Amino acid sequence: MNTIVCIKRVPDSATRVKVDSDRTGLDPAGVKYTLNPYDEFALEEAIRRKEAAGAGTVTVIGLGPAATSETLRSALAMGADEAVLLSCEGSHDGLPVARALAAEIAGREFDLLLFGKQAIDDDNMQVPQMVAEMLGLPCASVVVGLEISGRDAVAKREVEGGHEIVEFTLPAVVSAQKGLNEPRLPNLKGIMAAKKKPLEEKDVTLEAPSLELVELEEPPAPAAGRIVGEGAGAVPELVAALRQEAKVL
Amino acid sequence: MADVLAFAEIRDGQVGKAARETVSAARTLANDLGGAVHVVALGGAGTAGAAGGLGEFGADRIMVAEDAAYELYQPDAATAAVVSTVKSGEYAAVLFPASAQGKDLAPRVAGRLGSGLATEVTAVATEGGSITVKRPMYAGKAIATLRFAAAPALMTVRANVFPAEERPGAGAVEQVPGIEGASRVRVTGFEASERDQLDVTEASVVVAGGRGMQDPENWTLLEDLVEALGDEATLGASRAVVDAGWRPHAEQVGQTGKTVSPNLYFAVGISGAIQHLAGMRTAKVIVAINRDADAPIFNVADYGVVGDLFEIVPALAEEVRRVRQDG
Ligand SMILES: Cc1cc2nc3c(=O)[nH]c(=O)nc-3n(C[C@H](O)[C@H](O)[C@H](O)COP(=O)(O)OP(=O)(O)OC[C@H]3O[C@@H](n4cnc5c(N)ncnc54)[C@H](O)[C@@H]3O)c2cc1C
Ligand SMILES: Nc1ncnc2c1ncn2[C@@H]1O[C@H](COP(=O)(O)O)[C@@H](O)[C@H]1O
Repeated sequence: MNTIVCIKRVPDSATRVKVDSDRTGLDPAGVKYTLNPYDEFALEEAIRRKEAAGAGTVTVIGLGPAATSETLRSALAMGADEAVLLSCEGSHDGLPVARALAAEIAGREFDLLLFGKQAIDDDNMQVPQMVAEMLGLPCASVVVGLEISGRDAVAKREVEGGHEIVEFTLPAVVSAQKGLNEPRLPNLKGIMAAKKKPLEEKDVTLEAPSLELVELEEPPAPAAGRIVGEGAGAVPELVAALRQEAKVL
Repeated sequence: MADVLAFAEIRDGQVGKAARETVSAARTLANDLGGAVHVVALGGAGTAGAAGGLGEFGADRIMVAEDAAYELYQPDAATAAVVSTVKSGEYAAVLFPASAQGKDLAPRVAGRLGSGLATEVTAVATEGGSITVKRPMYAGKAIATLRFAAAPALMTVRANVFPAEERPGAGAVEQVPGIEGASRVRVTGFEASERDQLDVTEASVVVAGGRGMQDPENWTLLEDLVEALGDEATLGASRAVVDAGWRPHAEQVGQTGKTVSPNLYFAVGISGAIQHLAGMRTAKVIVAINRDADAPIFNVADYGVVGDLFEIVPALAEEVRRVRQDG
């Protein structure tokens, strides 16, 4: 089982987000970066399948600035075999990122192409399906369960109120949702081994964005709330406010 | 280049809120652009009738592919249908709901057309023919304004942001042929969750109960409020009541539970500890019901009612039912 996993370096979810003075990016001061949490599920799935099969390779591909190599190293420490850095500034826009990833992947042989369901920085939730379309591959998104026998796969994908069962044949694209597995932590042996694993760097040039980032702003501070009243007598006013003022009912 | 295409989600043979909101958002945008609203819908027998109702929400032309094979959402057929419709017209924009279907489908269409896609859009504007949108990034900690470089502008619209408004369009329904050719994936079934309840992270309205509920049996009050609030509402809980074994961990909101950002969050008998706030602070509107006027939850609440929850919650359920029935 040969697997490719696309992984992204993102600000940690605990990071306090501050918009920079250009109002188009984050103020980098104090931002801690990490492997996108949904990509951990994808990576864990790839490693488990390789371990279970006792054969195959796990290749991780990350597109982004030079520091992305740290994220790729941590994936090698978890158990990936080789890494590719597509070196560029990155983009908030899914389409050029998907194009660059698809171009890199097109020449490779694999059974499974795994993604996280969503990158927690741009929250785009679009790159996996875009890459699948560009490569003409079957695709299941937001997957919490995956069974493979031979070339046949059955995925469980999370939807409102339950799960959809999706059947397809390999090679295929799957995007991972929390619940697919419990990702391992890298251990010391893995970290040492990772230093000797291959990490190839390639410069890529992204196409012009399909969406121009005009501005990034912090959401308005919550307006001071108000006590509508006391007891059940306050209920009609509360409901009226929720409907007419807040427009949430 | 002024028409707007909307993908109408059909679930269980029904046109739901997702479809109505998407069509309404498309109508608003088409009015700005001076164009018409076209709708694509795929579903089993009866879909044409169900989708026809979208005329009331502003659809001018409703293209329906009815086929027993589409009783469940079929991603490849839906992709092909939307892509071929886009290619046969001159669309300024294509709108999808930011639902499980829409979030799966829109990137497929974008990938095949090579068009830009903005997901979970919360505002749309036009400026001299170009379309700009706003959408949250970094889990809502920042809001981006994005301008589409080229048509069609593809977007998924966030639930509960674009209200379904009745504004009649021409509403002409036409049956279009289903999509020939093999699908790469087949959706073969749907498994309903064991607990027939929306996940707390997905619901647009959360009714969360804390230790002030006093007894697990009192949750019937909150269940009744959830029912009154409709299909988009679900239950949440503080850690105190999860630790006490009154509620399942799946419902826990907070630092060691789930992070939620519904449109409306009711904190009932919850004091508002910092670890609880960590999980629900980004809710659009927070309502606190607590008998202690000094409870910290009132510092983050948009609306508060001070008093006995056992008196307030039933009155609230009744009032919500009344106003929802009046429309
Ligand atoms: C590391 C750590 C992680 C934690 N993670 C979480 C977490 O993920 N989620 C979480 O919720 N907590 C978490 N906690 C616990 C948190 O600190 C609080 O203890 C907990 O949130 C309190 O729950 P509560 O508000 O239901 O109970 P209480 O604090 O006991 O509040 C009950 C409230 O009900 C009100 N009340 C009582 N009777 C009535 C009545 N009849 N009518 C109206 N109001 C009434 C009271 O005035 C009071 O304000 C964490 C704590 C730690 C240390
Ligand atoms: N720059 C990138 N490098 C590698 N993988 C990426 C990149 N951006 C997105 N992905 C992959 O696509 C998934 C979804 O990302 P997104 O569509 O941006 O939310 C992520 O979880 C990653 O698996």
